[in-house]
Amino acid sequence: MTVLQKKADNPIEHLTPEDIELIGKELDEIRQGVMDSRGEADARYIRKVIDVHRKIELGSRAVLLASGFPPAWIAGTIGLSIAKILENMEIGHNILHGQWDWMRDPKIHSTTWEWDMASPAEQWKHSHNELHHTYTNVIGKDNDLGYGIMRVDEDQPWTPMYLGQPLWSFINACFFEYGIAAYDLELGAVIAKKQTGDPEFRRRAKQVLVKIGRQVRKDYVIHPLLSGPNFVATLAANFTANIVRNLWSNSVILCGHFPEGVETFEKKSIDGETRGEWYLRQMLGSANISGSKAMHILTGNLSHQIEHHLFPDLPSNRYAEIAPKIRDLFDRYGLNYHTAPLPQQVASAWHKIIRLSLPNGWLQNTTARNLPTQLGKLWKMTTGKPRVRRVLLREQAAMAAAA
Amino acid sequence: MTATVPRPSPARPALKALRDRALRLAELVTTPLLPADYLDLIDPLRSGAALRGRIEAVLPETRDAATVVIRPGADWQPHRPGQYVRIGIDVDGVRMWRAYSITSDLGRTDGCFTVTVKAIPGGKVSNHLVRRAEPGTVVQLDQATGEFCLPAQLPAKALFVTAGSGITPVMGILRNHPELADVVLVHSAPTADDVVFGAELRQLAADGRIRLVEQHTDTAGMLDAAAIAALVPDHAERATWACGPVGMLEALEEHWAAAGLSDRLYTERFRPKVLVAGEGGTVTFTKNGTSLEADGATPILDAAEEAGVLMPSGCRMGICYGCVLPLREGAVRDLRTGEVTTAAPGDGVLVQTCISAAAGACDIDH
Repeated sequence: MTVLQKKADNPIEHLTPEDIELIGKELDEIRQGVMDSRGEADARYIRKVIDVHRKIELGSRAVLLASGFPPAWIAGTIGLSIAKILENMEIGHNILHGQWDWMRDPKIHSTTWEWDMASPAEQWKHSHNELHHTYTNVIGKDNDLGYGIMRVDEDQPWTPMYLGQPLWSFINACFFEYGIAAYDLELGAVIAKKQTGDPEFRRRAKQVLVKIGRQVRKDYVIHPLLSGPNFVATLAANFTANIVRNLWSNSVILCGHFPEGVETFEKKSIDGETRGEWYLRQMLGSANISGSKAMHILTGNLSHQIEHHLFPDLPSNRYAEIAPKIRDLFDRYGLNYHTAPLPQQVASAWHKIIRLSLPNGWLQNTTARNLPTQLGKLWKMTTGKPRVRRVLLREQAAMAAAA
Repeated sequence: MTATVPRPSPARPALKALRDRALRLAELVTTPLLPADYLDLIDPLRSGAALRGRIEAVLPETRDAATVVIRPGADWQPHRPGQYVRIGIDVDGVRMWRAYSITSDLGRTDGCFTVTVKAIPGGKVSNHLVRRAEPGTVVQLDQATGEFCLPAQLPAKALFVTAGSGITPVMGILRNHPELADVVLVHSAPTADDVVFGAELRQLAADGRIRLVEQHTDTAGMLDAAAIAALVPDHAERATWACGPVGMLEALEEHWAAAGLSDRLYTERFRPKVLVAGEGGTVTFTKNGTSLEADGATPILDAAEEAGVLMPSGCRMGICYGCVLPLREGAVRDLRTGEVTTAAPGDGVLVQTCISAAAGACDIDH
């Protein structure tokens, strides 16, 4: 994969500027249709999900008071994991997008909501809603692409450091909420630029630390203490539920933009971008997950990532309803509506993470027969001088191109 | 408006302090949610909760008016007859707030109060309450407020001038002050059947408690201020309370002022009269980040709510100052007077958003 603009078989070459504006117009109409019909049933839906979440969480926490009893530990941990997933995905993510602001309920509003997550809502809203959703999949602009720690595109030069990418991606997935907090804080960039003394950064860092403090105190001190002799078992259950939630949300997010075939865009391509072009970028830069209703709810309807990226502030329960219309639009304009079941999308995303951790073309060029030679070359690229690496990198690329 | 915050009950303060401390501890357990979020699952009307009420019944009064019986939460404080209550109810999923006069007798033993609502054409909330609201619905409440009440020293002679739903606060007063000895009520409604509380008022008249003058405007036309004064020859000796359309109130105010009786006239408005519409403009909420285009006839409060901004609000008629926000820069027009208020960058002039429309671009600190 490479940025769309440099591709030999550019998937939007057949579209005229007029086509693109017509696509935009149709999408505006679909959006308006949902806006005009938002009402009581939608309000009932989000309140129901919130109600169910609170009951599952209360129930699970209560069961975990007896976490020393193994069946209670298992039931409580499963319940708490589901509660945390619901809270982060269908509830938190979507409320913080402002999807439910139209209800004017101060209890369910993007400006008042706080979620069960290391990153404070306010900071996440900035990096997610303003940056990621505006600059979706634009290399160098959308930091969600690899979160600044990963190689996500062939055009990013390969260095041996990236060999560790699968491992640290997995560690990041396990502790995803902290990764997100550090990322929303732009911790990496701030350290690199030696700006840790900046008062604004300090204020935000303190906010994160306070939030993390509350979260950690709740899951790893207060609730374990409440379960008395079952302190350690409850602590382990809460830790497990947090890991499960982190792995789940990381997987869903990987599926949204990372599977093979999802397009990325170069920075200058968005200069003077029209509304139609913005829509088109969202269409090609996102991927859906197909599956059951329960799966859609547990992904916070990010299984409808394409619809979500087109209309980030429409209520999530309506994405399924407009999905057939969106798909029809893709078909009519000869575009690829990227959708597949969860295991397939997760596998595809991880395949890409592994592929790009290696030099361009290496994985493709490697067969069972030439494995020893290829490994030898990889060793040389890793340990050799830059000149050696450059030569070998070119060789791999040429081999891949010839195949 | 101060009444938006439930006032702490003076009774048993020690117990309350203990409860507050327990709740603070419980916050450690429930973070990022609040203990109240879970307690609301069990009892949304409990003491200490945000003030709410449950609709117990909706009783039709006329073809387009109904009395809504509401069981208020435990922190509800008894109203003074003539006061109104702000009710927040979800209509088509959207929380909307309106003020309604309380009509019930304070002596009710079931702990409920009532408001009587007349469906106005195109009125989202009034039509919802009269025609669609279901018993069991939980609504948001503020404490009762308003100054349209009798003084502690009851007047020897009283005159009430009402029209349409303007009868509601007066009914609240009449039901609670049977000791008022000399009462004249001049009430206008399109027909006899449209008189809200018609049967009860006529009974009061038959019992000799009030002198009732009913004006059925479909057949008899509207009464002007002079006609009202003529109908009640001794009006100069009476303390007068008037509630109804803005035009009627202004005519009365003028007439009473001309007679030097201004200090004996108390009026209650249900909505501001829009005098002038300006040019509108872009309204930006600086903290919230929302920008919207507002026309010159729409109060900033309404335009902002329409755009999903959570706004402080109160009476929605320019009286209570519950909606006041600082205007950092720009110009707004008072819809009642046409007066333009401008703010230079950083000024922070406080404006009432419920009766102010954009008169050019404005930045509001919210």
